[in-house]
Amino acid sequence: MATELRTRGATVPDSRRLVIATDKDVVSARQIGRELAAEFGFSPGDQTVIAAAISEIARNILMYARRGEVSFQLVNDGTRAGITVTAQDEGPGIPDVARALLDGYSTSGGLGLGLPGARRLMDEFDIVTGVGRGTTVTMSKLKRPQR
Amino acid sequence: MEVPILKQGQYLIASIQSALTDADLSQLREALIAQVGRYRARGVIVDVTALDVMDSFAVRTLRDVTHMARLRGSETVIVGIQPEVAFAMVQLGLTLKGVATALDLEEGLAFLDQRGRDRVERGN
Repeated sequence: MATELRTRGATVPDSRRLVIATDKDVVSARQIGRELAAEFGFSPGDQTVIAAAISEIARNILMYARRGEVSFQLVNDGTRAGITVTAQDEGPGIPDVARALLDGYSTSGGLGLGLPGARRLMDEFDIVTGVGRGTTVTMSKLKRPQR
Repeated sequence: MEVPILKQGQYLIASIQSALTDADLSQLREALIAQVGRYRARGVIVDVTALDVMDSFAVRTLRDVTHMARLRGSETVIVGIQPEVAFAMVQLGLTLKGVATALDLEEGLAFLDQRGRDRVERGN
């Protein structure tokens, strides 16, 4: 079963890797993320949180790099279980990451809540970027231990 | 996916049926603002019950609808924000400040009716 393979920490199948090139892809990315999170047993609240974070970072790809990729990985290594979403593009990169993570800072005329908002929504959040080097956002939502 | 807009009395009701792309949201904004004039609507209700996520683009677009409609003499109320959607919005820092909200369609209609009565009492 594909689900069992994934929950053992194996990389998810290629279908869980999505090219982001139009606004329809942004919707698909957050829907796939929600489905995976549901399959993995996240609560409806967490599913929505994950979907919202994906929507923000996938839109950032579209706005700043025009094209990129979002991939999904389910992690379950005994100590931590959750979903990791990676958004990768080869766009212009972010010149000032610290500022880009401040609420209300935007270079696109948006609300400036995408990156800082996604960081608040997820449990782990990491950006690797640089001018001319593209941007990779890796973020995870972890499952709380069962009570 | 185009959002159907119903005319009910002096109000327009846009009932979102599924997840919307950014282009769909922008199209909804344009359609609502045009129809406020065409139908001389005094109120607009946007029912977001079926929306899977309210992210920063959706919030900005709905806020724009509200402000643009107000400039055209029409009040807007957003109804049907689901509890988990509200939770994610707050975490994202999206507050919909300056935008009226109501629990559901019924409450939204009651809100607009009350607004209409207030307007009559004030004589404008």
